[in-house]
Amino acid sequence: MRQVWTVPGGVHPPENKHQSMQEPLADCSLADEYILPLNQHIGAPAAPLVEVGDTVKKYQCIAEPEGVFSAGVHAPTSGKVIAIEERFIAHPSGLKAPCIVIAADGHDSAYELTPCDTPFALEHEAIISRIRAAGLAGMGGAGFPSAVKLNPRANTPIDTLILNGTECEPYITADDMLMQTAADDVIHGARLLAHTLNNPKNIIIGVEDNKPDAIAALTRAAQKYSPEYSTQIEVVSFPTKYPSGGEKQLIYILTGKEVASGKLPSDLGIVVQNVGTAAAAWRAVRYGEPLIERITTVVGEALGTQRNMKVRIGTPISHILEENGFQAPSHSQSFSSPSPRLIVGGPMMGFAIEQTTVPVVKTTNCVIAPSQAEMPEAPPQQACIRCGHCAEACPAGLLPQQLYWYARAEEHDKLQSHNLFDCIECGACSYVCPSAIPLVQYYRNAKGTIRQAEADKLKADKARLRFEQRQARIAKIEEAKEAKRLARKAAAEKNKAKAAKQAAEAASATGSATDDKSDLVSKAIHAAKAQQSEITPEQERAKLSRTFESLKSRIEKTEQQIKDATGDTSRTETLNAKLKQTQLKIKEAEQKLANFDAQSSTGRPVSPGSGSSLGQAAQKQSAAASSGNSSKPATSAEKTVLTLRKRIATAKEKLAEAKAEQKTSADALEQGVKKLEDKLADALKTLDAKPESLNASAPKEAAPLDAASAAILKAQEKAKAAASLTPEEKQAAAILSLEKRIEKAKDRLKNAQQNNDDNIEAFTTGLQKLEDKLAKLKN
Amino acid sequence: MIIDWFLSNPIVGALAVLATLSLIFGAILGFAAVKYKVEGDPLVEQVDALLPQTQCGQCGHPGCKPYADSIVNNGEAINHCPPGGQATINALADLLGVDAPSLDAEHGEEKEVKQVAFIREEDCIGCTKCIQACPVDAIIGAQKKMHTVITSECTGCDLCIEPCPVDCIDLLPVETDVKQWIWEKPSPIIIATDKNNASEKETPEAAA
Repeated sequence: MRQVWTVPGGVHPPENKHQSMQEPLADCSLADEYILPLNQHIGAPAAPLVEVGDTVKKYQCIAEPEGVFSAGVHAPTSGKVIAIEERFIAHPSGLKAPCIVIAADGHDSAYELTPCDTPFALEHEAIISRIRAAGLAGMGGAGFPSAVKLNPRANTPIDTLILNGTECEPYITADDMLMQTAADDVIHGARLLAHTLNNPKNIIIGVEDNKPDAIAALTRAAQKYSPEYSTQIEVVSFPTKYPSGGEKQLIYILTGKEVASGKLPSDLGIVVQNVGTAAAAWRAVRYGEPLIERITTVVGEALGTQRNMKVRIGTPISHILEENGFQAPSHSQSFSSPSPRLIVGGPMMGFAIEQTTVPVVKTTNCVIAPSQAEMPEAPPQQACIRCGHCAEACPAGLLPQQLYWYARAEEHDKLQSHNLFDCIECGACSYVCPSAIPLVQYYRNAKGTIRQAEADKLKADKARLRFEQRQARIAKIEEAKEAKRLARKAAAEKNKAKAAKQAAEAASATGSATDDKSDLVSKAIHAAKAQQSEITPEQERAKLSRTFESLKSRIEKTEQQIKDATGDTSRTETLNAKLKQTQLKIKEAEQKLANFDAQSSTGRPVSPGSGSSLGQAAQKQSAAASSGNSSKPATSAEKTVLTLRKRIATAKEKLAEAKAEQKTSADALEQGVKKLEDKLADALKTLDAKPESLNASAPKEAAPLDAASAAILKAQEKAKAAASLTPEEKQAAAILSLEKRIEKAKDRLKNAQQNNDDNIEAFTTGLQKLEDKLAKLKN
Repeated sequence: MIIDWFLSNPIVGALAVLATLSLIFGAILGFAAVKYKVEGDPLVEQVDALLPQTQCGQCGHPGCKPYADSIVNNGEAINHCPPGGQATINALADLLGVDAPSLDAEHGEEKEVKQVAFIREEDCIGCTKCIQACPVDAIIGAQKKMHTVITSECTGCDLCIEPCPVDCIDLLPVETDVKQWIWEKPSPIIIATDKNNASEKETPEAAA
């Protein structure tokens, strides 16, 4: 005989088990409608496999488990799915939850099952998968998915399998009835579970000693099959006390081992299953029968018949009540207080329901319809008198009184340090409380609040993380933008410097710096000086030849101009003078080039003289520039242009005068102006052509440099040309260019809008500004 | 020999010992100060951990962390957080060792139920304004595409309501389902003489 231990605390409430054991086990008739909640177990809800309108057969799987911690749902009878919606379920909250609703067709035609004749030959995985496919969830009360419990971690070998047939709560006799009527199934189930758990040393079925018939039936069945096995199934009875049926309490009673706070029985090598679960597991593996039916105790003085019934999962409780002659003051759907309440589960741990339409689920072991006298209203709670009865009654060894004070004060830290979460909510403390304080409700509330606070904390942490990541992302984008801006700025500055350098180089190379700005010239000097040491003979020669070429082309142009300017003696003279000067220069250049060639041909290194002579020339230039001797135009062509413009202006003035006085000479004057303008155009053309000629004469490696210098020249000339234009012309030109720019800006804006660019605003303001400018100019 | 010296010069010896000890401990402390230096402000972190992280800005700061920083460094009042409500104020008061004031109504009222934003998708024009306003990136969508709120990430801060040009965002109370539901706290004590007037409240533990 196995030694049994005694748990601390506990109470002895009136058992009230005899009422439901008078009648034999009955089958509940088919209901019209079955409501199958998708979440009848602990864990994730099952995912529906059927749609509204589908026809289903008995045993058909209508919802499959989603994830490991889940269990499927099967059709309890044949019929049609009429809804998948939120329905009231048997839950203390009285809330709705998603359900599959099946309208029974009454045929109860079954899906063909696949039995297995040799279940003990099956592998562990095969058995687990069959159990999982049957939708098994613990039938004792919590509804833990059975397949999960039978899959203990590999590092904890199971040495004890306990089947829980305690059924310590008053009124409930469902397991008692099962053990009496289906003892064989229970024993086979025990063997099967043991086989699945790799044959633990001990297989114990624990039953309280108030169920002698069940104990006898089980012992008989166990002995009947025992010769086939080496391990014996021990049917152990122990003294009746509430709550011996709690998992941890039962383990202590049968093994003397305590499951530590926060640990699982499997950490001690123990697995506990309800006897109902064992029987259902046997039926699932042996006959392929999914869990669609369970034994439920229907009891209470408000009923005509009190008995145990085989009820299909999903049967509305109202149907069961009708079946058993429920006599309520009114037969309305919901019973208002003070009419008899309906309690699902036992009187200690169950909860009252307000809707009778709620269905029986896998964990519904009892429905109580008490009369007023049987279960009076709880008396009003009074102040705690610190009697300490609750601490004596607590089977978990907690301090209910302390927990009560902390729960009232919502001191969650203290509650947790007093191990609130080890409370099994058995209700023993409430039962003994002389002040009728609903202690368990306080604890349940506190547990829920703490869990919610933890969930909120997690959510807050997540929100903080998301917020911080977002901030970081925004900062990064800003940084990237700023970096881009800086890069652009740097590039612009570099370009500017480069351009200046090139201009200076070009100026020093041609020796014909067209600019009168001394700073540019001095820059050029610096550049030239800097480059002196690095100049290779080839570059030197190229430079010289370039100078020579440009001077040559200039002479040609001047000659052309002289031809054009025949008739204008003063002009021809100046031009001739220019030509002579240029010819002198070209001679000089020719000489230099020849010298250079001679030097390089004799193989002598480049004498610094050539470089310094260049530097001297540049210095001369700069001296001229700084001394204000800038009135002398650098090139003849430009001088031409300038004088031409002056002449046009005076001619125009004359023309205007003549016109005003209506002189006959007006026509002649007009023609003169025209001619002059043509000349001006020509001169401008030559000016424009000059850079190109420069380019053309430049050696290839110097091409980009020359292009830049050409651009500079062009810009300078343009500026000069603009300076010499009349205000009206200027304005017209400005308006034209502005209009062009506006056009461009509009295009850009359009593009930006299409691409949802960030810079839309900038573009719009830019456009606005341009338009404003245009309007101003036009005025 | 050393002992003899100490015995003959007790005062100088004591001073020498004390000086040596203080040098040793000073070195240890100096080492510890460098080695175990705490980065950031631990108190700001602690205050921030108590704030609800809705990032709603109702306190006048752009997020919870800046408010935590202001509480610690500028001595700002701890009752400027409506989403946290009295529970947060109490927790902050507990942490900082001050009296817990009631919520400053100037910054808003504590809401009874939690809320989440909901976009009426048929009205959404896809302007992305709410996406830019959301402090926790809980709204997804793209230009000219319908937007929607990730309910599990939404903190109910209502910052997305105002920027919406078509007013298609509502704040809806979060409905409790069976999993989130928690038992109600029992009503306060009723003394026995009030028994006849007692509300007909049912308690599930109807054992007696």
